[in-house]
Amino acid sequence: MKQLMGVINLDHELDHLNELTYFRCGAAVPFASRYRLIDFVLSNMMRAELESVGLFVRRKYRSLMDHLGDGKSWDMNRKHGGLFILPPDWNDPTDTSLGDLQHFHNNLDFFKRSSAKYIVHSGSQHINTIDFQELYSYHLEKGADVTLVYKKIDHLEPEHDPCLRLEVDEDGHVLNIHHEKNHPNIYMEMFIMEKELFLEQVEYCIAHGESFFFRDAIQKRRDKLKIAAFEYTGYHAVINSVASYYKSSMKLLNHDEYTDLFHDNQVQTKIKYEAPTRYLESANVSNSLVANGCIIAGTVENSVIFRGVQIRKGARVVNSVVMQKCVIEEDAVIENVILDKDVQLSRERILVGDSKRPFVIAKSSKM
Amino acid sequence: MKKKEMVAMLLAGGQGKRLKGLTKSIAKPAVYFGGTYRIIDFPLSNCTNSGIDTVGVLTQYEPLVLSSYIGIGSDWDLNRKNGGVFVLPPHEREDGSNWYRGTADAIYRNLKFVDQFDPEHVLILSGDHIYKMNYNAMLQYHLERKADCTISVIDVPLEEASRFGILNTEENLRIYEFEEKPAKPKSTLASMGVYIFKWDVLRRALLDDGEESDSSHDFGKDIIPTLLSKGKSLYAYPFEGYWRDVGTVTSLWEANMDLLSDNPPLNLNDPSWRIFTRNPNQPAQYVAPGAKVSGSLINEGCIVRGEVKHSVLFYGVEIGEGSVITDSVIMPKVKIGKNVRIHKAIISENTVIEDYMEIGTDRENEDEILLIDNRSKKRKSVPAKTI
Repeated sequence: MKQLMGVINLDHELDHLNELTYFRCGAAVPFASRYRLIDFVLSNMMRAELESVGLFVRRKYRSLMDHLGDGKSWDMNRKHGGLFILPPDWNDPTDTSLGDLQHFHNNLDFFKRSSAKYIVHSGSQHINTIDFQELYSYHLEKGADVTLVYKKIDHLEPEHDPCLRLEVDEDGHVLNIHHEKNHPNIYMEMFIMEKELFLEQVEYCIAHGESFFFRDAIQKRRDKLKIAAFEYTGYHAVINSVASYYKSSMKLLNHDEYTDLFHDNQVQTKIKYEAPTRYLESANVSNSLVANGCIIAGTVENSVIFRGVQIRKGARVVNSVVMQKCVIEEDAVIENVILDKDVQLSRERILVGDSKRPFVIAKSSKM
Repeated sequence: MKKKEMVAMLLAGGQGKRLKGLTKSIAKPAVYFGGTYRIIDFPLSNCTNSGIDTVGVLTQYEPLVLSSYIGIGSDWDLNRKNGGVFVLPPHEREDGSNWYRGTADAIYRNLKFVDQFDPEHVLILSGDHIYKMNYNAMLQYHLERKADCTISVIDVPLEEASRFGILNTEENLRIYEFEEKPAKPKSTLASMGVYIFKWDVLRRALLDDGEESDSSHDFGKDIIPTLLSKGKSLYAYPFEGYWRDVGTVTSLWEANMDLLSDNPPLNLNDPSWRIFTRNPNQPAQYVAPGAKVSGSLINEGCIVRGEVKHSVLFYGVEIGEGSVITDSVIMPKVKIGKNVRIHKAIISENTVIEDYMEIGTDRENEDEILLIDNRSKKRKSVPAKTI
């Protein structure tokens, strides 16, 4: 939809996934057997046919850029518009802006060149399947200045703690934005507003020495804006810690969750041209997600296996996440473990983590 | 256009009647193979991996699926500024319009296409074989022998030799005779349908052959024998490795089964020789609790709740609880219900198999491979059992 442009803002996302984010930002963390977290928001934007998408990155974005390439996998390699990866780099000595406002200020051209009238903002930690067109219609219908997206959570979990909450009235207007831990309406770091208004707010905040667009332009000034709330009801997971990563991965083994995430929404990712997975005579696999290119001769239970993994004869993989190209040699055992990419586990090695606190092995380790 | 050392021409126009229902609405090179591929992926990937960046694909029978599948060739890295992949259907010209009359005629009618790249050599390929081959190594062999034409050959068992085009060679592998499907073969060197010609030699031969009204305009029957009779230097290039003609339902099934052993003769997991294909972009496959999978090749997007033994599943296949699939090939997006038995069958794309169906379980002829699509009547429904 030419009316909309996307802003994916990774500026405030903390890399709290320990070993998994030592060398990559959270958005580049592999998830669900063959994706990275960023794929979900990009695929949502692709489905809504946004004219252009700007990705504001600040740290550890090498592997993210490698993954995204020219945006072809998300149909964003366009003559006009498409995907723009916008790292922080600007040398204007008079520039006084801070935080994500600095990003927006330094890339005014990106906003001004697009013919889109509205901005859709998102982070990468809330995995969801939102329909941005529906959000756009809702926003117009409400005649709001800005519409915030929230998910009502019945059972709050520790990963929801850092999230902001929205207090919403019967007409769908936001009464308050706060941090009270027991409130169920989780703000999904997602909003839509008119581009002109967005840029005005950016300018105003910079002039007033502010640094964080959402907090300073929306949360603090909520009396001056007409703020609507859009309730999202589909698949939702927050991934901001090792525990939430592991839990969300394991929950995908529940068939309803898998269907909610994938059934109506093709999620795009970088293509790898792997062969289909080969199960040998001795393979014994149950309740698991397995990507292509694997060769499985051992036992796999309740696990998520990424592309190109080899599990040799006699090996056992239980309640674990095994990322791309790991090799688990004969008779090795892992239970409640997350293996990052390219880990090699030698014969008869046994690694057992706790089901609440899985053992995380860093990328390319040889054990 | 920059001069090219070698341009590949891929013959993909055949219907492949012996594949029966599988080629009802698609050309043979577009037939599915190996859980995620189509047959044409193999010659196209071989080109890419051999450093050949200019490929003409000659289509004729049902070209829609094939040409939209190839697209601009980006999946095979053949979307090049200078060269790339070109789909070449028969076309009308000033002197009339004609279908391709034979393999050689297809090239003859595309002389202008090849000429624009002004190549030294032309590689002729067919789109119906499964193999991994370095055409660049063959070109080096061709250059070393200063050959006019080099034909790739594979050693076949003597009893099967009469099914192939057989090359009779001198000790140094120079060819003195070519026999198409000889009743009494004198050698076991079978042509793989992979030829490298010096372009000026082939060009001349095609122009001469094009004028011949009693020619069948075929490489094996006409062009090769003519070149031999003119004393041109033709060499056989011995290929060692896996090569399979998948022109019949049985051979297609067998080639799929070849992929399933613990050490398959065709390695699809070799990162130095990837087989590229259009990716259907499906989520990871889900193997449910209670499912059993062994000796099988399974693609993304599958949901397996039953038992899969020694079978190939393409993407998006669903198999219900209690179902048992053995020695079969299940093509994309097939839905198989509960308590189904399928043995030694190929189930074609998008077919729905209902609960309690039995397919191929009490066959009379063990060697026959059943081919099932939504219109097939060869199924047996067993009355619903109460558990």
